[in-house]
Amino acid sequence: MSTLDEKFLEFSHLSMSFPKADGTSTKVVDDFQLTVAKGEFVCLIGHSGCGKSTVLSVLAGLINASEGGAILQGREVREPGIDRGIVFQQPNLLPWLSAFGNVMMAVNAAFPQLSRKERADKATHFLTLVGLEDAMEKKSGELSAGMRQRVGIARAFALDPKVLLLDEPFGMLDSLTRFELQQVLLDLWATDRKTAFMVTHDVDEALFLSDRVVMMTSGPHAKVGKIVKVPFSRPRDRATLMEHPQYYDYRDTLIEFLNSQEHDKGQNKAA
Amino acid sequence: MACLELRGVAKSYGTGDSATHVLRNINLKVEQGEFVAIVGYSGAGKTTLMSLLAGLLTPDRGEIVLNGKPMVGPGPDRGVVFQNYSLLPWLTAYDNIMLAVNQVFKSWSAEQKRAHVDKFLSMVKLTAAAKKRPHELSGGMRQRVSVARALASNPEILLLDEPLGALDALTRATLQDEIEKIWRENRTTAVLITNDVDEGILLADRIIPLSAGPAATLGPEVRVDIPRPRDRRAITHDPAFRSIRNTVIGYLLGPGARKKPGKMDPAIVLSPQTEEALA
Repeated sequence: MSTLDEKFLEFSHLSMSFPKADGTSTKVVDDFQLTVAKGEFVCLIGHSGCGKSTVLSVLAGLINASEGGAILQGREVREPGIDRGIVFQQPNLLPWLSAFGNVMMAVNAAFPQLSRKERADKATHFLTLVGLEDAMEKKSGELSAGMRQRVGIARAFALDPKVLLLDEPFGMLDSLTRFELQQVLLDLWATDRKTAFMVTHDVDEALFLSDRVVMMTSGPHAKVGKIVKVPFSRPRDRATLMEHPQYYDYRDTLIEFLNSQEHDKGQNKAA
Repeated sequence: MACLELRGVAKSYGTGDSATHVLRNINLKVEQGEFVAIVGYSGAGKTTLMSLLAGLLTPDRGEIVLNGKPMVGPGPDRGVVFQNYSLLPWLTAYDNIMLAVNQVFKSWSAEQKRAHVDKFLSMVKLTAAAKKRPHELSGGMRQRVSVARALASNPEILLLDEPLGALDALTRATLQDEIEKIWRENRTTAVLITNDVDEGILLADRIIPLSAGPAATLGPEVRVDIPRPRDRRAITHDPAFRSIRNTVIGYLLGPGARKKPGKMDPAIVLSPQTEEALA
């Protein structure tokens, strides 16, 4: 792997400050450093409010870091772009368009050079992969929350982005629907192993999906606390993975880290 | 003797070709003082099952037996907690609970009733918010009122229909712990319906998965032999927890899995009616 591929994605000394009412400012994220290789699936976990989404938003180009920043394929990210496919907690579908229409809109923007037929085939292809071949003509109001997020996933993959950014994409779903969609996401990801950066606070989700789990300390001054390499072979299947003798050891490691951070947070408050 | 029993219960909506078969061949026995959790997908027919238990629906086939007698309609012997709280918006937390107490304990003196409501408000840690109306309360606090109301009517059976489904993870965890504690102190027979396997393990004596619809039915039950009080952190290290978790999730992602993502269940449409029936 070339150096550029090893450092396909880099967060370099990323800090983010927000002004407070009294004129001073709070450094929410402080010197966050991480390198992600091409084709790697990395999950960032931490408590709500620790700054996980802030880190992802810098990479998405939605906000600019106060210091440092995100570098994608050797270029600093300064603005949003179609080379990054994003799946948010809310799928943000356009309600007046069908599932097909929503994916088509992304495909039209990303592949203006393709014929209408080729673009429609692409949209159909990805909607089929997420299991929506029978629901393509439905508007988002007619879809369940899980189905809407399937459209969101299809739309992000259909862009053929350099990197996938997933910001708690299954946070609004019930736990069983979440299991289903994690499998959908993983199967889709396995087809071309696109570099993926996902924010979550679900430890089972992180272990099921990722190659590495990056644990973030609680804010303010949040940074990378600990990194765990996930050794489970691919392709992964939930039931088999959970029966792996080491699965719950890894799960405990992540939960213990989160618990310790919760504890620290309490102490900060007391101080 | 089981205090609640379902024998070969089936329920469909619509008739002829347009009929949707929601539940089929449901067999369930709940013993006195037992906490049973039924875990299934949204849209599987969980709310239909709960409405049958509450007496808000009657089965098409099979029978429901309550304390040895066929169940006829809803009654104060069953206290229901819904996901959407179903509180009266113009009444305070105190008055919402008092409404139930007035219905059930008609012969009591005003003083007795007042003391009773206060006791349950304090049990769910809402004494300070007694005079607040639902819109002034957070989701978690509203659900506490709803739990207090159900318990204050002193039901034989507590029916919990995804009571924590609308809450964020942190509030959900806090309320799970509270429900576990309150249940340990009261030991009211309880049936919990949830989509969260971990919640089921933390609270129940027995977990039964409900297969995905259409025509959902109960899968193999798993006994939760984990001593109480149960601590959510310690429990994850327990080999029994891991094995139960894997078995239930294995069933729900395997034999009981959803075949197609597209099928919406008409049972979901039912909850507003259920609400109406209760109001």
